[in-house]
Amino acid sequence: MYQYDHYDQTLVDERVAQFRGQVQRYLAGELTDDEFRPLRLMNGLYLQRHAPMLRVAIPYGLLSARQLRTLAHIARRYDQGYGHFTTRQNIQYNWPKLEETPDILAELAQVEMHAIQTSGNCIRNVTADHLSGVAPDEIEDPRIYCEIIRQWSTFHPEFSYLPRKFKIAVTGAAHDRAAAQVHDIGLNLLRNAQGEIGFRVLVGGGLGRTPIIGQVIREFLPQRDLLSYLEAILRVYNQYGRRDNIYKARIKILVKALGAVEFRAQVEAEWAYIKDSGLTLDQAEVERVRSYFTPPPYEADAAADSSLAQWQIGDPAFAAWVRHNVADHKTPGYRNVFVALKTPGVAPGDLTADQMDAVADFADRYSFGQIRATHHQNLLLPDVRQADLYPLWNALAAQKLAAPVIGTLADMICCPGLDFCSLANASSLAIAHQINEKFDRLDYLYDLGELRLNLSGCMNACGHHHVGHIGILGVDKKGEEWYQISLGGSSENDVTLGDILGPSVAKTEVANTLERVLQVYIEQRQDDERFLDTYRRIGLEPFRASAYVNEPEAIAPRKLRATQRPAVEAA
Amino acid sequence: MAHIIKNRQIIEDSWQTIADDAELPTGSVLISLARWNQERAALLERSDPLGVRLPNTANIADLVADLPHWPVVALEFPKFADGRAYSQARLLRERYGYQGEIRAVGDVLRDQLWFMARSGFDAFAVRADRSLEDALAGFGDFSESYQPGADQSLPLYRRGRFTKT
Repeated sequence: MYQYDHYDQTLVDERVAQFRGQVQRYLAGELTDDEFRPLRLMNGLYLQRHAPMLRVAIPYGLLSARQLRTLAHIARRYDQGYGHFTTRQNIQYNWPKLEETPDILAELAQVEMHAIQTSGNCIRNVTADHLSGVAPDEIEDPRIYCEIIRQWSTFHPEFSYLPRKFKIAVTGAAHDRAAAQVHDIGLNLLRNAQGEIGFRVLVGGGLGRTPIIGQVIREFLPQRDLLSYLEAILRVYNQYGRRDNIYKARIKILVKALGAVEFRAQVEAEWAYIKDSGLTLDQAEVERVRSYFTPPPYEADAAADSSLAQWQIGDPAFAAWVRHNVADHKTPGYRNVFVALKTPGVAPGDLTADQMDAVADFADRYSFGQIRATHHQNLLLPDVRQADLYPLWNALAAQKLAAPVIGTLADMICCPGLDFCSLANASSLAIAHQINEKFDRLDYLYDLGELRLNLSGCMNACGHHHVGHIGILGVDKKGEEWYQISLGGSSENDVTLGDILGPSVAKTEVANTLERVLQVYIEQRQDDERFLDTYRRIGLEPFRASAYVNEPEAIAPRKLRATQRPAVEAA
Repeated sequence: MAHIIKNRQIIEDSWQTIADDAELPTGSVLISLARWNQERAALLERSDPLGVRLPNTANIADLVADLPHWPVVALEFPKFADGRAYSQARLLRERYGYQGEIRAVGDVLRDQLWFMARSGFDAFAVRADRSLEDALAGFGDFSESYQPGADQSLPLYRRGRFTKT
């Protein structure tokens, strides 16, 4: 894992001092609300419904046990004893006090963490596959390039006041687990015919009000050109991205307006000037950064263990957990273990301070002291010996972190919604709870198989509803919460945007409608077909035909009004 | 006379900003790009110094031939959050080798000065209702930077990051 040197530490410490001064000047009336807003947002601080919300970066999803303990400490000391893990490898605290946020940042800096550029119209925390370095299908480790991009983008002098937020994701495996195709820039690591490392570059993806899938503007960008090419893209965007309308300001709108061919031509023209400059990445720097991500000292005979197989036979509950919550590892005898933050009755992605401490302990005991945050709002212990799975399962279960539901309907992505967010139309957490209550039988969840349910409380789409196999979007109709359901989305290699099922449904009817939709799947599926595959084969109509029985009050989606609340702080 | 920050010091501003419909006085004047374009031939005859204020939509590449005539280029921040002029400043310095003064005008505030300085600005007409003394502190927010900029063509890792302590 990356370790700060003197320079990294100095910059983060200086940032804390700068922000402390900015907060003081704001409280003293020397900075107006409008002047303070971008400054606090670039330190992850929102002013929210009940209290400020602080978003802390977990760069490309990596946490040490020590860092997680600090996050627990912050939750206890400055918040209400818990934190919320987001889809973009951040943790959010919902109850800090504005006056105390500089102290929180100072505590984070002590463990090489920060909230730099976790919000605002700048380059955000770079995200990566949560299985980086441990995935069997990995081509190259994206964490190296994420750290290089993190440094390049930190306090970038030219790109700190962009038209709008800017999100970059990097994947290094055959399978896209980081939703790279719906990022402003998606980078897929690959090797060319000569075996050289490079990137496929996608631009202009994004969700929100105008969901768009990114387009490839370079099939192979050599590693050395990574930063100069990013700089060229950002420079074109900074100059020509729209600034007259917040809803049209993302790079996806610029790419769409120009067309990918013209956008690419502009980027390449800009790039020609800076291709051979100080931005050129030299191999020594790549190797230096790589040296922080060497594998831990795996035991050579870990695969010789026979206890795992015995426990799987002897304990069906354990076997179910292994089947769902444990992923293959590239090293024989090791596994990747999901820590499920999907306990029924608890907001998806939430973890208490005590649970954080417990997970930190498990990481120290079973996973070389490392933890990952995932796009699906779970944690992951990346390097667990197969012989340790059974004790780890028991330990996780004691903390209510072993719900064997990863990849099922219950493994929802869900935004904080109306309960916390000032943008939301809908109490997404209550809907998540309703769905959990309705679908609480594991055999039913398992029968439904792989299913991605994504839930957003408003059109800003923090819950990625467009790319859920099933998406649920909260909409406001005359002050009432209604829910629009979409089917057929995916954020992975087979990326698609979901189709709207039909009229929105009342709050009380969401789970019932889902049940009818799922019944169509159960009746129509062939062999081991996933929900998504059945949907793609038979289309929307059979689902629409059955979804609305007993739903006379449904209203047409076109009559629904988008949220009218200002979205200046949309995540 | 108004004051500005130039090269991190507070100085009297010897440049007068002249409206498009006003007659040009003697002495150093800053005029709009529109006026420059309209009266170019006559302005080239002028002996007193003349600088141009560019809108942040101006394409620097189109202006390269005129740059030698301008000892000052003023770049506009209509709102401090509108960051287009950062790119203009870097292009002026890094691509077109502009050596004159690049002045930030408009909504110019302390918390953006560090970014502006790194992008190539060396003069700052801080908003009139703010203290210049206070704004000077903005340059000291950070002691290092990772990435190249107008002030530094190499990234940190190529500047002896690993040979110093």
